[in-house]
Amino acid sequence: MVASIRVIKEKCTGCGACVGACPYACITLVEGKARIDKDCCQLCGVCISACNEGALELLEVSREIEDKSRYRGVMVVAEQRRGKIHRITYELLWIGRILADKLGEELSCVLIGKDVRGEAESLIRRGADKVLVYDDERLGTLREDPYADIIMDAVRAEMPSILLMGGTSFGRALAPVIAARLKTGLTADCTGLDIDEEGNLIQIRPAYGGNIMATIVCRERRPQMATVRYRVMKEAEEDPNRKGLVIERKIPANLRDRTRVLKEVVEEGQSIEDAEIIVAGGGGLRAPEDFKLLEELANLLGGTVAASRNVVDKGWMPKSRQVGLSGKTVRPKLYIACGISGSVQHLAGMKNSEVIVAINKDPSARIFDYARFGAVGDLYEIVPEMIRILEEIREEAQRGGH
Amino acid sequence: MAGFRIIVCLKQVPATQEVKIDPERGTLIREGIEVETNPFDLNALEEAVRIKERVGGEVIAVSMGPPQAESTLREALAIGADKAILLCDKALAGADTLATSYTLSCAIRKIGKFDLIFCGEKTTDGDTAQVGPELAENLGIPFVPYVRKVEEIGDGYLIVHREIEEGYQMVQVPIPCLLTVTKDINEPRLPSLKDKLRARKAEIKVWTANELSDVCEKNRFGLEGSPTRVIKVETPPEPSRGEILEGDPKELAKKVVEKLIELGLVR
Repeated sequence: MVASIRVIKEKCTGCGACVGACPYACITLVEGKARIDKDCCQLCGVCISACNEGALELLEVSREIEDKSRYRGVMVVAEQRRGKIHRITYELLWIGRILADKLGEELSCVLIGKDVRGEAESLIRRGADKVLVYDDERLGTLREDPYADIIMDAVRAEMPSILLMGGTSFGRALAPVIAARLKTGLTADCTGLDIDEEGNLIQIRPAYGGNIMATIVCRERRPQMATVRYRVMKEAEEDPNRKGLVIERKIPANLRDRTRVLKEVVEEGQSIEDAEIIVAGGGGLRAPEDFKLLEELANLLGGTVAASRNVVDKGWMPKSRQVGLSGKTVRPKLYIACGISGSVQHLAGMKNSEVIVAINKDPSARIFDYARFGAVGDLYEIVPEMIRILEEIREEAQRGGH
Repeated sequence: MAGFRIIVCLKQVPATQEVKIDPERGTLIREGIEVETNPFDLNALEEAVRIKERVGGEVIAVSMGPPQAESTLREALAIGADKAILLCDKALAGADTLATSYTLSCAIRKIGKFDLIFCGEKTTDGDTAQVGPELAENLGIPFVPYVRKVEEIGDGYLIVHREIEEGYQMVQVPIPCLLTVTKDINEPRLPSLKDKLRARKAEIKVWTANELSDVCEKNRFGLEGSPTRVIKVETPPEPSRGEILEGDPKELAKKVVEKLIELGLVR
């Protein structure tokens, strides 16, 4: 017997909502009722959500259920770069703490690297109850093989019911290795996490280019695994009085280590994900050299420049500066969008910025819907004038200071 | 060198890059039944074909999906794949990344010896980037994700450039291995009319769940083998519109700067 989606004919009103919802176009209306082409259907379940009549149901085959009671607690995997804790770690601790408190269980944190032992206390101050430290000469450079072995060791030691990892490029490559070994579910790049009445992890993530939000659960397997999108959660604050347990773990014997990093080449300075102020340009820019204008404005504000996909695809800006679903997610204090219309994909990468300012000729541009305030006009007239005013302010301040 | 046997995994995806939402129903509006080959997978295929052209060997394109995914495999054959296999069965549908990667690993075991597997970094529909790494783990081979350049094909190893946040790493990886590639790795070629005609007549093998079950467990396929479930799909809420300033550009610039000062954002 094979799973399928069934149309409950008595409930189906023939409204066609499911026809439009099906991403694979497998549903048609036949004699006023939905008909699902079984050979075409991918069982994605989008139609079930779209149906307001409850006329669609998933017929599943029963299967074995793992003994879930053996698993308790939330575990997050800390990330570091050259011995320094990566900010995603604090974001994982923030959401991990919330989930652990809802469950009334412990929050543990795995710290892996070379000369990282000294950071363990700070992870406790930011919310971990327990830190498992794996500090070794060989763990300086990020590599999936040894890191996966170590996380497996930590999972076996703690048996967490939830395992959260960073939605960084490294975390998103490492987490699937662990999920495949544990034969458990993994939800990528979550933007929201919660606990349901039964204690299951509710995982929310964008799909289809950010046009829809999907809610995903992993009811029968443990641990429930998710990577968490960078710069979406808040950062856990330090509490100097927090106490917890630091456990130094032995490095497992025979660490797998098949790839060799011959060298690392750093191509640029500050990444846009860490910038406090961003001035971004999009399709409204006429030429690549016009980014100089935005750079000037960014410099005066103490920020950096970024771009929408549109201009990155043209080769005007490097991919590392791209904001959006296929680029980076940013959450600066200030995001000035110049000549950016605000596609769903772009918005997904910046809508959590604290203050968004939009400058665009087209008053109907979607970006204005997300902006704290916006100026309708030509960026080529407004931005130079802003630069002039800011330079004036700076000169005055310098004169006043002397 | 005797040449490589290279496997490329491709997925057919809905062409929903610019989909719009029906504001009343809250569902996706799609024009026609447009599907396309996941663009990242075309980069994977292109790189595989280029390596074959350098060192000899064969490229086998593998896809899992409904019968219409055959068109993606025809495209792969036109571009330069030598063989194509479609994993197609009701029992394979509804697979999450774990079940998908497991099923692909079964097909690859059935194919037999191989040197390289190429996958796109991610797909444009699910955007999980998980199937490649999970597939490598299921097969017990090393992988390098986010590859944007194959620098050297050595005796029993590759040297590749892996994109990282602040630049790239040069990584040496033994063969057999799996690589997931970024869009920057190459510019996929367009097949000629002649190649398309040839591909139209080529044979595409179809493997069902039964044919894979001699190397694998059937209950790990499809929805049954998928630990995750999508329980709800909704459109993101619309925000409330902020203050809109209009007028003369000079005035606007002044107002914007004043507001930034008010918010303490000008140092």
